[in-house]
Amino acid sequence: MLNQLATQVKATMGIYEAQDDDVYGVLAEFAHPGELLRAAKAVHEEGYSHFDTHSPFPIHGMDKAMGLGNSIIGWITFGGGIAGLSLATWMQWWMGEVSYPINISGKPFFAVEPSIPVMFELTILFAALLTVAGMFALNGLPRPYNPLFYSREFLRVTDDAFFLHIAASDKQFDMEATPQMLADMGASHIESIRDTGEED
Amino acid sequence: MSTASTEKTLAYTADFHDEAPLVTGDLTFHDITEIVSVHTEKKTPLAWYGAFSLALSGLMIMIIMIAYLFWNGTGVWGLNNPVGWGYAIVNFVFWVGIGHAGTLISAILFLFRQQWRTGINRSAEAMTIFAVICALVFPGIHVGRIWAAYWMLPIPNQMDMWPQFKSPLLWDVFAVSTYFTVSLVFWYVGMIPDIATLRDRATSKIRRRVMGVLSMGWTGANRHWRNYEKAYLLLAALATPLVLSVHSVVSFDFAVSIVPGWHTTIFPPYFVAGAIFSGFAMVVTLAIVARHVYAVKNIVTIDHLEKMNIIILLTGSIVGFAYITEFFIAWYSGVQYEQYAFTNRMFGPYAWAYWTMMSCNLFFPQFFWIKKLRRSIPFMFVISILVNVGMWFERFVIVVSSLHRDYLPSSWDYYTPTIVDILTFVGTFGLFFTLYLLFLRFLPQVAMSEVKGVMPQADPHFYDHAGDGHVAEHSVEVSPENEQPN
Repeated sequence: MLNQLATQVKATMGIYEAQDDDVYGVLAEFAHPGELLRAAKAVHEEGYSHFDTHSPFPIHGMDKAMGLGNSIIGWITFGGGIAGLSLATWMQWWMGEVSYPINISGKPFFAVEPSIPVMFELTILFAALLTVAGMFALNGLPRPYNPLFYSREFLRVTDDAFFLHIAASDKQFDMEATPQMLADMGASHIESIRDTGEED
Repeated sequence: MSTASTEKTLAYTADFHDEAPLVTGDLTFHDITEIVSVHTEKKTPLAWYGAFSLALSGLMIMIIMIAYLFWNGTGVWGLNNPVGWGYAIVNFVFWVGIGHAGTLISAILFLFRQQWRTGINRSAEAMTIFAVICALVFPGIHVGRIWAAYWMLPIPNQMDMWPQFKSPLLWDVFAVSTYFTVSLVFWYVGMIPDIATLRDRATSKIRRRVMGVLSMGWTGANRHWRNYEKAYLLLAALATPLVLSVHSVVSFDFAVSIVPGWHTTIFPPYFVAGAIFSGFAMVVTLAIVARHVYAVKNIVTIDHLEKMNIIILLTGSIVGFAYITEFFIAWYSGVQYEQYAFTNRMFGPYAWAYWTMMSCNLFFPQFFWIKKLRRSIPFMFVISILVNVGMWFERFVIVVSSLHRDYLPSSWDYYTPTIVDILTFVGTFGLFFTLYLLFLRFLPQVAMSEVKGVMPQADPHFYDHAGDGHVAEHSVEVSPENEQPN
């Protein structure tokens, strides 16, 4: 049960488990962002869910084509902001009013007005740091080992190449039919990726 | 795909955009990678070593001056009784101000969908971070009792003593350190896809490992882009009010006091405009040099420079308007101390500094109304440097000319910096350029993934309109909702 949940969560990050015979998935290259978008839409409509597209830059409309919803990261940011605001308010009140009260020109030990700049800054600071931490967590990064790195062709993904990867862990994955489907969509280079666990 | 895509680029540009393309010279995605990456991969040029040793010498001067200061105390500076704030505060405000343009380009222009920012945002963000490091040197060293500098932070200690949160100086500690931290993570997050590019191009194992660690295993997966883009947008949305707040809080250091010439409500917006003004001038100065040396003229085009010059003209005019408003309010207030402070600025012992500021900030940028001049590289180079001279003098005028003649004429004095003051300031340029040159050498100086993303061929619908038959060949048709432009 817990293992299953972990697998599902990892799949949202693009981390899939290798299947029989170390097969991790199949990688197909497409010529340009337009073809990749069409292919992703088609793969999604075929019913695949454990697949991902890889491109040197984000492609407009790809989330919709792949059937992915909106990112939940905004809630993490919001939580960070609330945490920062609460901490700043509590800190200034406790330090000024409780722990170390000093009378300066008869001003109140704690008041909202002079506390606002620090409240603002800590709200921003915590929100920003949690946004970054949340982005890494949701993406499953850092991920130093990735079976896709075994592919020589895949090195160009950060340069000018566009790839679609279907993981072997997908229910519909088939060693024969899946590469055939990708070929029909116009993929120029198709290779199967094996998760051998070796150093390259 | 070069010739075919060239024709497509032109057709597409003519059809869908009235503006000129952001990237000139009909480059492919791979060309962008090459142009940018090659500078971090080739053998270090001799000229880089030359520039670096010069910058490093400046840094050494700064370190020696700071060591000398620590050994002897703040008496080695030119501070005197009415002028208790001198070069340290002037330089601090100057450097923080420079930083603002980077955040403006990376965050505010991002929110306004100004896609031309992609050519310059990386180097401008780097400039922000290095400028803030230079700024942070001064509050660190100016406290006098350096061993007590940690009292600025709320750290539990054996005295059971806490910072005083009613002081604007403490707000400054929080504002500037938050600004630095957020700028740093924003810069790093933006760089991850580009470091992954360097990792995948690496030829040596060590380089692949180092870049691999820094890029965190980035593979350009769309599941990752989805969270990444949202996070980037949120960071931009957080950095926007932050950058406006930082210089506002810096201005509170002055505005909350009762010194004539400081105690004005116009300070926050006027400081922010001035910060953006000086920061853009610095970006222009650096961009002109970098695009010549690194041959990135197709990515940082003359149009980019012109747009920045327009922002310099705009913010310079805002700053000039604020100078005049300050005068009007001083007169209109009827307070004789306020009125004296401003006539003293204009005609007193520091009139030379005042008129330097006025001519550099208000007068010279007005030449940018003329299109020919704001597209002339030598001309804008001179103006951009003059603007930064003027903005340094602005802070000098505000700090020194207000303090040197306060309420009590018997304590009036004239402030002159010592050689230690001057060399410490010169040395911070050494620190700045040392860091900047390391950045140019080892990290991608242009946001490759972002530049690729704004090229016409990055739009998946670019290929639909090109009419090259790709759509018809495939069994999979594009459904209507995907056909909408953008």
